[in-house]
Amino acid sequence: MTNPSGRAEKLSGSAGSLVFGADVLVLGGGPAGTWAAISAAEHGARVVLADKGFCGTSGATAAAGTGVWYVDPDPERREAAMAGREKLGGHLQDRRWMTRVLDRTYAQSNRLADWGYPYPADEDGKSQRNSLQGPEYMRLMRKRTKQSGVTILDHAPALELLVDGSGVVAGAAGLRRQKGDRWAVNAKAVVIATGGCAFLSKTLGSNVLTGDGYLLAAEAGAEFTSMEFSNAYAISPAFGSVTKTLFYSWASFTDEQGSVIPGASSKGGRSVIARALRKGSVYAQLEEADAETQRHMRVSQPNFFLPFDRTGIDPFTQRFPITLRLEGTVRGTGGLRIIDDSCATTVPGLYAAGDAATRELICGGFTGGGSHNAAWAMSSGYWAGQGAAEFAYQLGSTNGRQAFRRGTVGLHSRNGRQLQPDVLTRNVQDEVFPYELNYFREAGRLGESLRRLDGLWSNASKAGPSDEQHLLRAREAAAMLATARWMYRSALARQESRGMHRRDDYPEQDDRYLHLVTTGGLDEVWTSARPLVSAQYSEAAE
Amino acid sequence: MIEIIDAERCTSCEICVSVCPTNVFDKTDGIPRIARQGDCQTCFLCELYCPEDALFVSPFADAPQEVDVAALKEAAVLGSYRRAVGWTDESRHLRDADRSYRLFGH
Ligand SMILES: Cc1cc2nc3c(=O)[nH]c(=O)nc-3n(C[C@H](O)[C@H](O)[C@H](O)COP(=O)(O)OP(=O)(O)OC[C@H]3O[C@@H](n4cnc5c(N)ncnc54)[C@H](O)[C@@H]3O)c2cc1C
Ligand code: SF4
Ligand code: SF4
Repeated sequence: MTNPSGRAEKLSGSAGSLVFGADVLVLGGGPAGTWAAISAAEHGARVVLADKGFCGTSGATAAAGTGVWYVDPDPERREAAMAGREKLGGHLQDRRWMTRVLDRTYAQSNRLADWGYPYPADEDGKSQRNSLQGPEYMRLMRKRTKQSGVTILDHAPALELLVDGSGVVAGAAGLRRQKGDRWAVNAKAVVIATGGCAFLSKTLGSNVLTGDGYLLAAEAGAEFTSMEFSNAYAISPAFGSVTKTLFYSWASFTDEQGSVIPGASSKGGRSVIARALRKGSVYAQLEEADAETQRHMRVSQPNFFLPFDRTGIDPFTQRFPITLRLEGTVRGTGGLRIIDDSCATTVPGLYAAGDAATRELICGGFTGGGSHNAAWAMSSGYWAGQGAAEFAYQLGSTNGRQAFRRGTVGLHSRNGRQLQPDVLTRNVQDEVFPYELNYFREAGRLGESLRRLDGLWSNASKAGPSDEQHLLRAREAAAMLATARWMYRSALARQESRGMHRRDDYPEQDDRYLHLVTTGGLDEVWTSARPLVSAQYSEAAE
Repeated sequence: MIEIIDAERCTSCEICVSVCPTNVFDKTDGIPRIARQGDCQTCFLCELYCPEDALFVSPFADAPQEVDVAALKEAAVLGSYRRAVGWTDESRHLRDADRSYRLFGH
């Protein structure tokens, strides 16, 4: 049917549910999702975007803001930008992807300027484009997404994917939690842009990020990669949620008695902080920031100062207790495995972008601060939207196509018992928060933890949701549990320390492990070694 | 966590209900209700979007706090985040004040 408006069509659905027909459905409305939706619309698709929260405020970027890997197209600078990260990432990156991400990020950032993003000008009047204020950026992205003709569903978490008889993705279904009913979108292609998984640790803006997209993609048969690079912890005031580690490079770290903790630092010494936190309180003070730096800090990251101003602490002259909050895969590098330049996954019709997709292509085994995540969200969002639109176009008419629900755990009862989302969430957190399990990994402890997690899975996967009200929580808990199992199974498989993954029992980098670890599976989690991306491409070319 | 909606300032526009990413508020016939405080992720975004400076998010992420609304208003703490990011008429010039480029690479 032709649709001159270019908008997704509302179809008649069952009572109490909203049903749409679209070419492309985007799940998640952070930077990756909004760029994907705009790109799909620009490539001629009718697009629906569904976000768990509110597109514009939801997700890690909206709350936090990001540095962006924006590098002028000067060969020397580009070379330095790529080379500078290869050692940190354990040489798992791929130069070809780094190059295309640098190009695409440059182009997308410049479009933001055309759309009115208020980039600052430096002392020489040059527009500086390597940082984005989260609320400002995402408010603009919401506006542009709407202007592109995309239908946005807010407070509409996806619960499961739909697939056709041959396993091709055919849409998704979820809740409208403020309306108390359900939605379903029949679509020709789906982009997963639901972000990473921070396990409800209250790392800034990340409690909407519970790995939901991983779970629903896995139920359709998708694979993951680099899930062992998932042990990012960020510094925040002990009482607060503002996990911005950058500013702690001006900090001194002290123990209860006020003695400096040897080796503690935000970069390269965070594990010392983790060890010290196991023994007692750790304090920070940003004493190395001079007056000018302090002024720059205040205008650059106003929310960094809210916890201090509101508790009467001067972080530059007074010490305050800190903690490390788990950022999991939000600042890890793993995620859905991408198989080609269009950000397709291993499931036909399913695309992935942003933190939900692997960032190993440009980050290898390490992100941390460094602006790669933001660059990846923009570029992979652009490509996934385009890829999904082209897939939809090639699929042609899908009239009469049957769609089947692929959701499993938490959605249907198999044994009559109820899944208790709050209890399950705490059980999962007990396995992934402790530094001795996740930060400092070791075969015995990982193995024990996995046994407990597998036990939780075998119970949860058979249980039903508590009730309609707890459906979302049940799916979130199940997704976190599944994520923890992919993480630790992969962590066991990598018997070395590389990138952010550190093994107490294998403290050195070992070049027998210069490969990538693929994982997947729900009841049975598996892993396998995969040659480096660059090596795969050269094989394909032969 | 979100602690208060100031009844004197709130105009029941319901923006906070829409924008809260973790769905903490419920609509009512009057001013919205903080219905699920335990779900608050302390992101400060409701405060940023409230056009009336009627909300206060305490920086304590893990436990509720007693707050003194009168004192917060007196000290102009309500709305302070909105002013700092340049989202008020008098602070618009701060929207492009980001100096991160001077801080990266430290
Ligand atoms: C404190 C902090 C600081 C950071 N600083 C930097 C930095 O300086 N530089 C950098 O490069 N990166 C940084 N990052 C990482 C960066 O924020 C992320 O890489 C980026 O936000 C990823 O974008 P995204 O669109 O993939 O995910 P997100 O921005 O997290 O968005 C995901 C969206 O998916 C939605 N969603 C989740 N589940 C569902 C579901 N079931 N159905 C529908 N929607 C769903 C969420 O509501 C959310 O809107 C930082 C992260 C944090 C937490
Ligand atoms: S946004 Fe502010 S004014 Fe509007 S309903 Fe919420 S508290 Fe009231
Ligand atoms: S601080 Fe964030 S999570 Fe808490 S109520 Fe406000 S918008 Fe919602």
